Amino acid sequence: MQRFPCPFCGLRDEREFRFAGEAGKTRPDTTQEVSDKEWANYLFFCKNAKGPTCEIWVHTTCQEYFVMERDSATMEVLDTTPMRKDVA
Amino acid sequence: MTGHRIETRGLIDRSKPLSFRFDGKTYHGVQGDTVASALLASGVRIFGRSFKYHRPRGVWGAWFDDPNAVVDIEFGGITYPNCQATTTQLIEGLVVRSVNAWPTAQRDLKGVLDFAHRFLPAGFYYKTFMWPDWHLFEPIIRRMAGIGTLNTDVQDNFEAAILHDHCETLVIGGGLAGLMAARTAAKAGKSVLMIDDHPEFGGSSYRYPNDAADAPSNWVDEQLSAIEDAGGRVLSNTTAIGVYDHQAVSILTDRGVGVAPVVRKLRPENVIVATGAVDRPITFSNNDRPGLMSLDAGAEFLARYGVLVGHQIAILTNRPDAANVAAQLENAGANVDLLDPKSGAAKTIGSQTIKGLQLAGHTHTCDTILASAGLTPMVHLWRHAGGKLDWDEGRQTFVPSTGPDWMRVIGAANGTFERDALEEEARSAALNAPSPKRRIYSIPPLLPDTNNTEGRQWIDFQHDVTLKDVALAHRENMVSVEHLKRYTTLGMAGDQGKTSNVAGLAAMAALKGQKIPEVGTTTFRPPFVPIPLEAYRGAHRDTQVAPLKRLTLEPDHRALGAALGEYGGWLRPAWYGEDDEKSAVTRECQMARSAAAIMDSSALGAIEVIGPDARAFVNFVYYNTMSNLKPGRIRYGFMLTEGGLVFDDGVMACVDDTRFIISCSSSHADAVMAHLEHWRQDSFDPDRVHIHDTTQNWSTVTIAGPMSRAIVEELGVLDTLEDLPHMALKFGAFEGVQARVARVSFTGDTSFEISVPNSSVSKLWQQAIAVGKPHGAGPVGAEALIVLRAEKGYIIVGKDTEGETMPHDLGFGAPRLRKSAAFVGDRSLHTDNANREDRKQLVGLSVDSGEPLLPVGAHIVTGQGPDRRSLGYVTSSHDSVALERPISLALISGGLAAMGEKVEICHMGSSRHATITSSCAFDIEGTRIDA
Repeated sequence: MQRFPCPFCGLRDEREFRFAGEAGKTRPDTTQEVSDKEWANYLFFCKNAKGPTCEIWVHTTCQEYFVMERDSATMEVLDTTPMRKDVA
Repeated sequence: MTGHRIETRGLIDRSKPLSFRFDGKTYHGVQGDTVASALLASGVRIFGRSFKYHRPRGVWGAWFDDPNAVVDIEFGGITYPNCQATTTQLIEGLVVRSVNAWPTAQRDLKGVLDFAHRFLPAGFYYKTFMWPDWHLFEPIIRRMAGIGTLNTDVQDNFEAAILHDHCETLVIGGGLAGLMAARTAAKAGKSVLMIDDHPEFGGSSYRYPNDAADAPSNWVDEQLSAIEDAGGRVLSNTTAIGVYDHQAVSILTDRGVGVAPVVRKLRPENVIVATGAVDRPITFSNNDRPGLMSLDAGAEFLARYGVLVGHQIAILTNRPDAANVAAQLENAGANVDLLDPKSGAAKTIGSQTIKGLQLAGHTHTCDTILASAGLTPMVHLWRHAGGKLDWDEGRQTFVPSTGPDWMRVIGAANGTFERDALEEEARSAALNAPSPKRRIYSIPPLLPDTNNTEGRQWIDFQHDVTLKDVALAHRENMVSVEHLKRYTTLGMAGDQGKTSNVAGLAAMAALKGQKIPEVGTTTFRPPFVPIPLEAYRGAHRDTQVAPLKRLTLEPDHRALGAALGEYGGWLRPAWYGEDDEKSAVTRECQMARSAAAIMDSSALGAIEVIGPDARAFVNFVYYNTMSNLKPGRIRYGFMLTEGGLVFDDGVMACVDDTRFIISCSSSHADAVMAHLEHWRQDSFDPDRVHIHDTTQNWSTVTIAGPMSRAIVEELGVLDTLEDLPHMALKFGAFEGVQARVARVSFTGDTSFEISVPNSSVSKLWQQAIAVGKPHGAGPVGAEALIVLRAEKGYIIVGKDTEGETMPHDLGFGAPRLRKSAAFVGDRSLHTDNANREDRKQLVGLSVDSGEPLLPVGAHIVTGQGPDRRSLGYVTSSHDSVALERPISLALISGGLAAMGEKVEICHMGSSRHATITSSCAFDIEGTRIDA
């Protein structure tokens, strides 16, 4: 069982969190032409890096999404920051 | 009689006799015995039969490292399968049965398999029984294989407590090194918890009663008092089962047969691992015979249980301390031969028990052999924590190298086998000081001889893996350790390779011409020892896992004689009254179509979306256009995943431009809430749109049917129903409390949903029932509702849809072609796959009146012989009361373009026919909705 620091609630057990995706992905503007490849890249392809990664997680008990930097090999949590700019 | 109890030695209480049964005979032991020590003391040698060849087997180890003596135990009317005889504490009245042996271990009818061994190499079953079909042979092979017999009864009172605990320093293993470390850490002011899996602390110290000025138990007691005086805690009968992420450790306290264990989870700042080492078997011909044990087992059975394992004992080992053990055994009355295993090829004599040992051409008569090819440190917990291992040539085994700074491995687990080196190592670990350098220690290599695979030389006793099997794996190119393990099942038995791994790896290394560290080790995974599943489950069962959601109206439903059932996590009325299910459902369906159904719809999700960007938000999360939904109006729609799949369906009401009420599937409210929150924070300004789940705050009474208008008028929630058309929402009041009235198509008839705060709903419900009665209306449960909705082709997402279903597969194709604004899943609806004409689409299936129901899951098939294939399957099937015939919904490839076609339905080998129809079977024109 890992422990993650929610930027709003502090250190909590892994079971309170859900992974929501890799950070830095932007949804293509679907009112414009989006190629199959571009959409597939957005929808399915992840870097899945071994080592330091930057991911979006949600703390399901407070429902806030945040950015978590962690090492996917050592499981060390490097940093967590809120997605909302005004509370940073 | 070979093994027997002596007058002295042991931690047992000879004044407290215990009786138990083993394979139908009564035996006696004493307080402090394990099942194994009591049987050995009674002269029993054969404890069970091996997994594959049904060879007679006795104990190898004295504790968790024994791979052979696995038994089923019956106690208090309950069977506990696959217990280790060596670690199970004896209590009065146990009924012990050997496993994998029929009728008993002594006389095993399936032992005939042993003569067929040359036909049973690794992979034999898979290779031989592939043709024509493995499944033909599987049942009988499975019956012959396997070990214990599982008890399928649920034991309500056998529930492990799972606790959370805390300490600064956790010391795992209370032997010599662990006691020293725990004492030092406690005295230095740390909060210490020390655990040991034995009932008594002290580890191997009892094996050497003569070399201390004081008796070992006095020394142990002194350490324990010092630890407890300094504020430390100790737990016996407790084993560390695993080390997990972020320094989590789980420990399990065994409380004896018949009592569920206690699991504690903790995150210590420091963990000191002092788990000791176990003997490795020597790989030689017939080295699995009963009476051949590990060197330490001989010493332990004597030291802890006062059992001398034989009279004429041959010791075969490269361990330098063997003479010490020999002296102990001789003191206890045995004749001991100390033999050098390097002197030549060895072979045991005797089949049911040892009669002698052949070594380098000489025959040594003996009744017992104690063997060891050196000690294997128990490094499992270190590996769980991510620590690395080094091959130590001198010790001929893997020892801890670099790893996490919060864990230290000391004592024999670290390869420190010299007792005079323990103090300094334990002290440095306890005080977090640098570790002393490992001493030089050298034993002659005693690895499997791959040039001599003659006879059968066991490597993994429990899974019957011999040196020949490893050689076969090598010939067939299963050379990676992970392949070797899975191909031969080496190290996959209950002991998880504790005894077999090093020999297996060494054999493969020799065959590949590599060094052992180049072959590597397999992954060490928790649990360290087999533990009952209850230890994982704890109280997490039934409603403790998924608590039932309860309706505010539950007492009212009960008062009406409702049969309650679970629907999507809610306890809801299934039907009302004393009738059986079929009559009740038929009656309720008839009432709904002829008068009105009064239903509790409170379980439907009610999620409010509020804020200046609420309209833009709902337009984005819905497949259907919601941007033009006027205040006071309602629209049906789908939510999709970003992959374009149908995620939920339901209606949404617009209260005003900044407030919308989403009604979602009752089982799905939590998931929909999470889905909406995701998009709110991902794609919107969270300060301008807010989502609030009000499912638990409101209750809803739905009145649906031709008489519903008259009933709702009498209830007087709204002044008039004239300006409330289908799919509209109005606010009114019920007895002075705010109420919402929504017109939606719940059953296909005119329907009114009246929502009030929970506190008012009981009154509303009772009044609706009272007002409805003269109109012929009454309460209708979930079972009838499902039929009523199925008649209209109203889908249940997840039942009538699957993991590929998109909205146009359900006949809702318009927004896909026309909606210009972006919405979740939009682009996914326009891939080649989404455009295919042979997609599985939702249709109805009709069969003639009088025919039985089409079974759910039955396949729609086409073609004959090798061309026969499935086009889809039946998703829902009901007896329609209104239509007086069975109705079905099905997902069929290209179904929407095949209306009216006759198709073949195949189920469990029998074949029928049905006609593809529209999914809506009742009132297809929809005239009843505004009747």
